[in-house]
Amino acid sequence: MDDNPQLTDYVTFATAEQIFGLPIARVQEVFRPTRITRVPLAGAQIAGVLNLRGRIVTAIDMRSRLGLQAREADAAPMAIGIESRSESFGLLVDALGEVLRLSDSDIEANPVNLDRRLAGVSAGVHRLDGQLLLVLDVDRVLDVSTEAAAA
Amino acid sequence: MDDLLREFLTETNENLDRVDSELVRFEREPNNVEILGNIFRLVHTVKGTCGFLGLPRLERLAHAAETLMGKFRDGMPVTAEAVTVILFTIDRIKVILDQLEAHQKEPDGSDGDLIDDLGRLALQTKPAPRPAPREKLEEPEQLEASDRAVSHRADDERGDRVASHSIRVNVDTLDYLMTTVSELVLTRNQLLEIVRRHEDSDFKVPLQRLSNVTAELQEGVMKTRMQPIGNAWQKLPRVVRDLCAELDKSIDVEMHGADTELDRQVLELVKDPLTHLVRNCADHGIESAAHRVAAGKPEAGTIRLTAYHQGGHIIIEVADDGRGLDVARIRAKAIEQGLASAAELAAKSDAEICNFIFVPGFTTATRVTSISGRGVGMDVVRANIEQIGGTVDLQSVPGAGTKFTIKIPLTLAIVSALIMESAGERFAIPQLSVLELVRASSGGEHRIEHIKDAPVLRLRNKLLPLLYLKSVLQLGSGEGEDGFVVVTQVGSQIFGIVVDSVFHTEEIVIKPMSSKLSHIAAFSGTTILGDGSVIMIIDPKGIAQALGRVAQSGRDDGPDRDDREEAWADDVVSLLVFRAGSHQPKAVPLSLVTRLEEIDCRKIEISDGRHLVQYRNQLMPLLRIDTQSNLKQEGAQPILVFSDRGRSMGLVVDEIVDIVEDRLNIEVASEQPGVLGYAVVKGNATEIIDIGHFLPQAFADWFRRRELSTDQLQRRVLLVDDSAFFRDMLAPLIKAAGCQVVAVGSGAEALDALKSQKRFDLVVTDIEMPEMDGFALAEALRAMPGIADLPVIAITAMVSADAIERGRDVGFHDFVAKFDRAGLIAAIKEQGSDIDRAA
Repeated sequence: MDDNPQLTDYVTFATAEQIFGLPIARVQEVFRPTRITRVPLAGAQIAGVLNLRGRIVTAIDMRSRLGLQAREADAAPMAIGIESRSESFGLLVDALGEVLRLSDSDIEANPVNLDRRLAGVSAGVHRLDGQLLLVLDVDRVLDVSTEAAAA
Repeated sequence: MDDLLREFLTETNENLDRVDSELVRFEREPNNVEILGNIFRLVHTVKGTCGFLGLPRLERLAHAAETLMGKFRDGMPVTAEAVTVILFTIDRIKVILDQLEAHQKEPDGSDGDLIDDLGRLALQTKPAPRPAPREKLEEPEQLEASDRAVSHRADDERGDRVASHSIRVNVDTLDYLMTTVSELVLTRNQLLEIVRRHEDSDFKVPLQRLSNVTAELQEGVMKTRMQPIGNAWQKLPRVVRDLCAELDKSIDVEMHGADTELDRQVLELVKDPLTHLVRNCADHGIESAAHRVAAGKPEAGTIRLTAYHQGGHIIIEVADDGRGLDVARIRAKAIEQGLASAAELAAKSDAEICNFIFVPGFTTATRVTSISGRGVGMDVVRANIEQIGGTVDLQSVPGAGTKFTIKIPLTLAIVSALIMESAGERFAIPQLSVLELVRASSGGEHRIEHIKDAPVLRLRNKLLPLLYLKSVLQLGSGEGEDGFVVVTQVGSQIFGIVVDSVFHTEEIVIKPMSSKLSHIAAFSGTTILGDGSVIMIIDPKGIAQALGRVAQSGRDDGPDRDDREEAWADDVVSLLVFRAGSHQPKAVPLSLVTRLEEIDCRKIEISDGRHLVQYRNQLMPLLRIDTQSNLKQEGAQPILVFSDRGRSMGLVVDEIVDIVEDRLNIEVASEQPGVLGYAVVKGNATEIIDIGHFLPQAFADWFRRRELSTDQLQRRVLLVDDSAFFRDMLAPLIKAAGCQVVAVGSGAEALDALKSQKRFDLVVTDIEMPEMDGFALAEALRAMPGIADLPVIAITAMVSADAIERGRDVGFHDFVAKFDRAGLIAAIKEQGSDIDRAA
């Protein structure tokens, strides 16, 4: 189809039935979070902090971050570990999908009517078979404080 | 040995060893530009440092060698002879360095021979016959011989030869080691926790060994980060020397225990407070030479710095042999600045009164010097030291001197913390912040009681304000009767944090807060407990913020007056909400209220149609907010008492509703007399009462009031008045006129505020102020670059032709009588429109 397409690998995950993708280069690891300590007075988007092999990881609830409805209490989330500015973060998601290799040239800009919360963190959309994959901009996802202040 | 010299020796010896080997390599590969560049740079560094340290002999040698190598770099052929001479030069430098280390000064002697050789080689393009190198080799020995007479002492000192026994390690490496060891400590704690649960574990013995080794390792690594306190003292003699010149005093600085070591992070943090204390001793403590001689003391004063270790802490004392603190003056100032009443002070010991110098804004200096006396400083000293978990104490003996004692932990990385629980969540609080633990129960010795909604605890005849951790952290309400009170202190405020239970203490490693959470003042960090879970570390300072100004008072004359300026600037104000007359809530800034009283109705007298009551041996007029509100016929009548300079009035209210912290944004101005306007206070539309309306009714001469204009834009007004009462009075008035107000209590503070990059459009200043009066302030202001044109309005009780004349000279733009509040607003408005035109 193309001569020399630029390909990017995405870690995909589902949250509230929507599929998202994160560039694999930014993903440190994937883990099942245990014993999340919630932090009083922190915004709803911060699920809490947890200990991952001696490091303190700040867990971000992606449902809240993306403005989706809250997860059912008994549903155990998965976490995607990300390092940013020598801090560790864990994005709490419903379920992990497979790693997809997609061509950069196929990415489409956000539709103009995309939910503002989603558009704020999305870098574009990939059309998959029967589904749309929203590519997330990691840095914007982690920019929780400003988002919380604006909200 | 001088630290600079020590470092130079270590570094130069390292460098020279490298030059040695590089030169040898260079001789074999004369065309290797990279090696040459390395050597050149090393020699250049040596030269530069020698020049800096005042070591002429070394400098000359290095310079000559550098010149020759410069020629190589420029393309001159490299000869064996030249390399040999350079190597000789380096040997010579080493000999000199050895002597330098032994005697701390360059040995006498000349290096003319080598310098000549180097110079000659640098000048010629072709190698020439040169003197036999043997001669040069003997040179070092001669040097040794000539110094033999004084080398005896040097031999003893060889024992701690710096050059070979110390290495330089990057601080990052040490910090990394510290972090790693901290992790090890945590892991050890986890293992211990597991083994504790299994009684007969084979792991017990080896784990005990591991535990010991870990402890030793931790100590060892901590040692690597230790630096002598002397490093923080280094610049103090110079500071004092300069001050002596400025103050015309003679002061010696003595240092004891300069080699006492503490963590380098802590060291950095105590440098400034120490400098400030020493400056204070020099300025306030030590008398002038004449006074000293008159008092039978030696002419030169002494400032003594002492440091020593004491159980995991380092104690640093800063003592002077000066006049000691003037307790009477501190007492007078404390009253004058409204920090405490005379009656309260009478009950305090001299030592307690002395502690007022740590209160923000406090100063007894009658004149403001460039050194101290601006009332900023001692509070900052205390705040800085408390920030690192330390304490400051002071002892003062009149006529004999003052001694400050600072106690700080040796390291900040690992602290002992108390683990506690509130609303099912665990938290840690640094043990250093915990004064004591009290168990409170409804039936027990200590009971949590309530004054209206404020929980308090009686503790040894004092009332301790309490905060429920779960309320502060919004984990739920349910303020139970039973629990543990963690007594803690922030600044001078002692308060209790109520938690559900306390567990044990644990050594914790403080990990920085996530950047996403660092805005939460209640926490200072996070940590991982022995069982692997993450918990938050409580910051008592952040918790104390929730106590707010209500609890900060701790005295019965209203909140800490020093915080009021800030409150206006930050817009968050404590408001006393009450009802009187109508159902609508009314509020006044709590800072204006002197006291809340309930008066027996039978004591209220009527004279000349006015209600009066005998109050503290005076007749106090009672006023009603409006005609709708009536005095009670029987029982207790609640009143708000307002006082200034010996006069008091009582405002009759129906009930006191609450004290709240909120922004005072007057959204709707009011034409109704006695009401400044309406603001939303905790969700309710509330009338903000203008006390200024009532004061003249109580005393006709208090001041007059007319309607306010409210169409001002958001201008920034700097209000300067030494009377806290008038500040609190005028600030809301100006605020209601639509300006932002920053109120300060002295000319010096005003200048500080103006210097601190804050934009002001207008200055309103009192004329009669101690230390720096309004005239002096205006003059100082005119001399400041950038704001010389800032309009200044003077408010004064003494409007005389003379004063107006003088005011013109110093550049007052307007004069307003102190009680002419409408006039003031008009003047602000007028000056404001001038600004608009100019802009």
